[in-house]
Amino acid sequence: MIQRPAEASANTVPRFDPVARAVHWANAVLFAIMMATASALYVPQISVAVGRREEMVTLHVYAGLLLPVPIIIGYLWPGRGRSFRTDLARINRWTAADRRWLRSRGRDAAARRRVGKFNAGQKLNAAFTGGAILLMLATGSMMRWPQSFPLSWRTGATFVHDWVAIGLFFTITGHVMFALSDPDALRGMVKGRVRKSWAGVHHPLWLEELAAPPPVRDNARR
Amino acid sequence: VVRQEALDTGKPIGRRVVLSMLGLGVAGVLAGARIQDVLTRWLEPITVHDPTGLTQLLPVAGGFRIYSVVDFLPHRSTADYQLVVDGLVDHPLNLSYADILAMPSTRLVRDFQCVTGWRVQKVPWTGVQLHELLDRAGVHSQAKALIFTSFDGTYTESLTLDQARRPDVIVAYKFEDKPLGTDHGGPVRLYVAPMYGYKSCKWLSRITLTDAVVPGYWEQQGYDVDGWVGRSNGRDDPATS
Repeated sequence: MIQRPAEASANTVPRFDPVARAVHWANAVLFAIMMATASALYVPQISVAVGRREEMVTLHVYAGLLLPVPIIIGYLWPGRGRSFRTDLARINRWTAADRRWLRSRGRDAAARRRVGKFNAGQKLNAAFTGGAILLMLATGSMMRWPQSFPLSWRTGATFVHDWVAIGLFFTITGHVMFALSDPDALRGMVKGRVRKSWAGVHHPLWLEELAAPPPVRDNARR
Repeated sequence: VVRQEALDTGKPIGRRVVLSMLGLGVAGVLAGARIQDVLTRWLEPITVHDPTGLTQLLPVAGGFRIYSVVDFLPHRSTADYQLVVDGLVDHPLNLSYADILAMPSTRLVRDFQCVTGWRVQKVPWTGVQLHELLDRAGVHSQAKALIFTSFDGTYTESLTLDQARRPDVIVAYKFEDKPLGTDHGGPVRLYVAPMYGYKSCKWLSRITLTDAVVPGYWEQQGYDVDGWVGRSNGRDDPATS
């Protein structure tokens, strides 16, 4: 990544590299398409206003099939994908402080001082979204190509697809609202850098770690 | 030690969350049909009478979903409405809304089953039995099938002559004992009680008698031409008529 001098100021630290941001925003666009077409297919009032069922189904299915592609490219990119892989490893691992943070919903002061690059809420959201993508892909495929499955599985797939969709609607709405209410966090995902003072409050352990980087082992112990 | 904790140590909860979700997903696929049934029956008294309509957004809610294959809801007033019956007939008909209402009416109360899975229980429909129209037009002996055309300009449907003559196949103009609204295919639509919803052509404008079945809109996309509820499209729903 080529740092423009203004961005690489002494008051800011790098949070998300271009690969991580590209994966995130590719995902965001695909999710927006999925949610818009899903509404047109599922919510009666919107179905009535939009119509065009066939086109909505096609768009929904293709966006869905593309959904894992950015993540896989980011993950498999040798060298440049390292930072993204490390982010995924961080999201996977939960410390005792994370569990305390979650139980207190971020109010426990001691737990807040031990938040690393991601807090427990962000970890949970990322894991839920990852699991949901896999579930939606599997059940969506059963709905789109139903010939090879028994009827009760297809009904079951629709059942799972509907309820996970409702779950995603709430988590994504929450995710967007949190981002919009915290300009620093949003800047980290848009421009890649955040203010040190913000990092010191919200991700103190991570800021410490940036000052004296530990030996990062790529892919280590995921 | 502190720095290592952030990156390397700790339990792999993220992976466990994903794997648990996959496990629940498999259980949901296997048992979902039964859970859905129970929830729908249990919640129907609430969802059917919910004045806000918000519960309709839940996947277990009963009630109709409105489908249109074009990008608008076709609208035609009862004053402008016309139904043409043509093709292999002795006397082609051109019926107004009032003409249809003047004919002997039939009221059917049946479950409505969509091929995508939703079902609405005990829906009252009122209309003219299709065979009344056919008798009035005088069907030629070489006629074997019917094409139904919607005034949405795109949708078509088909029936064989034998299917069309069933007493539970009507040209409907009332739904839930009220004039049939645009959402539900009004002012006049076809209602084929024993078949999946796609056979019941909405916004009906033309009935043409032909010597062979011409597959309709969804049938050209792979739906079964003989769309009997519970005996087609790989589904085993309880029969509706």
